[in-house]
Amino acid sequence: MMLDIYDFYDKMERNHILLSFKGDITSELLTSILQIMESKLENLQEEPKVKKKVYNVLVECLQNLYHHMDEVDITTSDKTRSAIFMIGKLENKYTIITGNYIRAENVKGLDERLAEINTMTPVELKEYYKKVLANGEMSAKGGGGLGMIDIARKTGEKLNYTFMPIDDKYSFFSLNIKIS
Amino acid sequence: MEKINIESTPKTPSISFDFEKGFLEIKGRSIPENSIEFYKPIVESLEKYGSAPNAITTVNIQLEYFNTSSSKCILDVFKKLESIHKGGNQLVINWHYEQDDEDMLEAGEDYQAIINVPFKMIQIAE
Repeated sequence: MMLDIYDFYDKMERNHILLSFKGDITSELLTSILQIMESKLENLQEEPKVKKKVYNVLVECLQNLYHHMDEVDITTSDKTRSAIFMIGKLENKYTIITGNYIRAENVKGLDERLAEINTMTPVELKEYYKKVLANGEMSAKGGGGLGMIDIARKTGEKLNYTFMPIDDKYSFFSLNIKIS
Repeated sequence: MEKINIESTPKTPSISFDFEKGFLEIKGRSIPENSIEFYKPIVESLEKYGSAPNAITTVNIQLEYFNTSSSKCILDVFKKLESIHKGGNQLVINWHYEQDDEDMLEAGEDYQAIINVPFKMIQIAE
């Protein structure tokens, strides 16, 4: 199959994508991506406030992908361990889009958790964050279930997400975050 | 007890802990994927320090960024400090935040609400 690379380029250009990646999410990759994005934010001469917010939300989004990789069974095909993310900027809004496979049995739980976060006001989110921080259990790798709450809190926007069923075992989860 | 001096990296803060002076400082960015591993030594030394702490302990927290994974570990550090304070020792946490960084100030206030230790919010120029 021949890929039409110009088609990719054109789509990314039209969507104002600054950076995109598809593949395994490793710690080294995240270090590089964060360094690249930091210098891009510097070059775009963003206000320190915007720069910090974008950087913070980016860290949470990318580390969500990283921690999620651990949940996927290593013995399954490489396909399900791979993820995608894109970072774009249109006018003064940054967009971070992530996509990853999720086991079908975990869809309901995640959906409910995110829907609950989306019902909360900023004040409720703050209280919820503190409650989970003070009482929540932390996974062995350090994921504490705070990431999504933090993203909702810092962006001040509802979490925009979808699940697309792929087969009996997997769905594809996508998250579209806007930061202004 | 030996002094602790950990150099900063792109993903982890510098940590210095001087037991004799009762001075702990965490400075920089804290965004490691595995924060438990990173903070383990400091939580353990605080445990030891807590058995014979200085009359006065000063803690400086000056973070540029921290991820939610670190936020739990920072809470663990603060819980150790809370028990030292509870034991009748003077202790203050100086929480630094850059001017205009409302998120960092708010993060400090979140900890202040959870941990029963005097906090001092200190604004620094960018």
